Amino acid sequence: MSEMTRDHSEYNYDVVRKFAVMAIIWGIVGMGVGVLIAAQLIWPALNFDTPWLTFSRLRPLHTNAVIFAFGGCALFATSYYVVQRTSQVRLFSDKLANFTFWGWQAIILSAVITLPMGLTSSKEYAELEWPIDILITLVWVAYLINFFGTVIIRKVSHIYVANWFFGAFIITVAVLHIGNSLAVPVSLTKSYSIYGGAVDAMMQWWYGHNAVGFFLTAGFLGMMYYFVPKQAGRPVYSYRLSVIHFWALVSLYIWAGPHHLHYTALPDWTQSVGMVMSVVLFVPSWGGMINGIMTLSGAWHKLRSDPVLRFLIVSLSFYGMSTFEGPMMAIKTVNALSHYTDWTIGHVHSGALGWVAMVSIGSLYHLIPILFNKPGMYSIRLVNVHFWLATVGVVLYIVAMWISGVMQGLMWRAVNADGTLTYSFVESLEASMPFYFIRFLGGCFVVTGMLLMAYNCYKTITSEDKAEAQDAAASEAQPA
Amino acid sequence: MSSFWSIFVSVISLGTILGCFLLLRWCLKNKTGVEEGDDMHHEFDGILEINNGLPVWWTYMFYAVIVWALVYFALYPGLGNFQGLLGWKSSHQDIRSLEESRAAVIAAKEAGEIVQYDRELEFAAQKFDPVFKAIADRPIEELVNDPEALKVGQRLFLQNCAMCHGSDARGSTGFPNLTDNDWLYGGTPEKIKETLRHGRQGAMPGWIDSMGEKGIEEVVAYALSLSGRSVDQDLADKGKARFAVCAACHGMDGTGNQALGAPNLTDNIWLYGGSHRAVTETLTYGRNGVMPAFNERLGEDKIHVVAAYVYSLSYQP
Repeated sequence: MSEMTRDHSEYNYDVVRKFAVMAIIWGIVGMGVGVLIAAQLIWPALNFDTPWLTFSRLRPLHTNAVIFAFGGCALFATSYYVVQRTSQVRLFSDKLANFTFWGWQAIILSAVITLPMGLTSSKEYAELEWPIDILITLVWVAYLINFFGTVIIRKVSHIYVANWFFGAFIITVAVLHIGNSLAVPVSLTKSYSIYGGAVDAMMQWWYGHNAVGFFLTAGFLGMMYYFVPKQAGRPVYSYRLSVIHFWALVSLYIWAGPHHLHYTALPDWTQSVGMVMSVVLFVPSWGGMINGIMTLSGAWHKLRSDPVLRFLIVSLSFYGMSTFEGPMMAIKTVNALSHYTDWTIGHVHSGALGWVAMVSIGSLYHLIPILFNKPGMYSIRLVNVHFWLATVGVVLYIVAMWISGVMQGLMWRAVNADGTLTYSFVESLEASMPFYFIRFLGGCFVVTGMLLMAYNCYKTITSEDKAEAQDAAASEAQPA
Repeated sequence: MSSFWSIFVSVISLGTILGCFLLLRWCLKNKTGVEEGDDMHHEFDGILEINNGLPVWWTYMFYAVIVWALVYFALYPGLGNFQGLLGWKSSHQDIRSLEESRAAVIAAKEAGEIVQYDRELEFAAQKFDPVFKAIADRPIEELVNDPEALKVGQRLFLQNCAMCHGSDARGSTGFPNLTDNDWLYGGTPEKIKETLRHGRQGAMPGWIDSMGEKGIEEVVAYALSLSGRSVDQDLADKGKARFAVCAACHGMDGTGNQALGAPNLTDNIWLYGGSHRAVTETLTYGRNGVMPAFNERLGEDKIHVVAAYVYSLSYQP
């Protein structure tokens, strides 16, 4: 195959390398902060009476760091890599690519500084203040131009499915970010949203849920559609399934926001529409999972020996699980129990740690040796240890949150014979403590895994070995 | 919403569902020009795609949720202004006052609408009101000897009063201790109920403008001396001369006035703190205490039960 032997130097791997390395570093930072605040919930003294170490300020730092720093860098790295390789062409512009890298790092750095200072727009997952929002917009538009520019100048006739998902993710995130962040600045560090009341809440969750739907789902599905068939060395299971699940997913996700606002001041019709679309969304979501997992048919045996593939396939299992759980929680009757409890936190982490982090980690393990022209990862055993640490960590985390979440929901609604509440809020908090500890433990497992990954990648990158053939990208180069 | 937006919402919501249905029908047929099970004849960086059909069980699942979605939209509000065949709503979302709310509850009931919140309240009232009624029929003097009744009162207290008065009812700065038998407005069962029903507004004016810092210093000294604190006698004597304005509420002897809610200054119990500094602050800037009215929120029966609990806290047989 002539395209297969293309010289690597034709592609811009430099920006991919930079984003890939930063994804690992920000992953450790973001998840580390997560473990710290999980510990603070058990041992409150761990904020050392320091304002910028309090839970309230570190929590948005944690979410921003894992979603936009870790997840964002992983998406930039993989989308730049995938769009080049599946379009058989170098990036549209190296300068824009470099601008997105340094711009994105500047955004992350300013988040690391401003959020602990307490500067926040108070919108969940959109806490950054307006000057940073403007920088995000600039970087994102540069990303959009660069990505679609590359698609346009591609040297293959079709656009590969991974690029549909990356493309949808990039366009929609631009719309979401600008729409939700519109605000009136009153000073350099403070602004007020142009929306008020229930409208503000609706805009916020239209943004918030689609940060999940497009940033954390569509983008990572793009990743999945390249790295799963590549690592498995198998063709994608069904082209037609990818068509229907792509279009159904993007048209349904955009409606799902109101399920965050059940039984609030939001009009009933909006709540109903949000709930119905969320439930319908379950089926196309599973379409993606099926297409990914079935891609392995005929290659199941590889799971036994290839921990990288295991990362990818287990991530799809978590994706399937959380996309079943999510629509279920969007049903008003279930939501009446689950809302405001730790169940929500558990659900988010089964998606974020189980799906997003695992598919990213798998993809990065695939990428690192190729990007640095090495025959393979320094230690496959360490990858395997990382796999088990991550899996056990995620399971500990979500099971603990399920139990404490359902328990909280039941305690809050329990009433005595006279109709008064059986438990005070503090009693439910006390009962949650053992599960907070298990969650903390799960977090430690996950972060330990990430540290192993950093070590393993460091050893891989600095090793003297060179990949034999120029194109080590073919999955066969991975030790099977 | 206007009928334009109503139609707009309906068209795009149903359009999305219908779009999914048509897409599903289209993808079920093989229109790719490639035989089923064959690869798609395009290759990306070594990746092929197979033209496999959709999993049958998955297709049925898709049909099922589409049908369910349409049924839900028919029964419940969702398509713009269409209220749904069930006539269901979560609550009266457009009311702006308690009066409007009451009127809406009656109107909805007469119209046979299902208002979930109203139904829940009605259910709770039917189930729990008799419990309170049975207790409320007995005088408070009798209830203080009934531990079961007091437990009910305590639970009401914990959910309605404890956020200010504390779960042990001992209050905190600005919020009276209810266990010390020192009453601002009176501690008889009837007075306690009056406080609960209608709330109280305690207002101590600030004196800095009329007395000046010097004057405040003198009155503070005198006020502290009333509860036997050692003070600069010289200052206290001057303060006594100024105390006439204070006596209007607190009485000539400083023992207060329950009709006004003016605290007794002689008992060394201080609502806003008894330190020299705290009393100076009170005199300088004044204080405003608000106990909210609970007659609307709890109703007469529950007020009776809570009052019994509060009364029992400092009751001595």
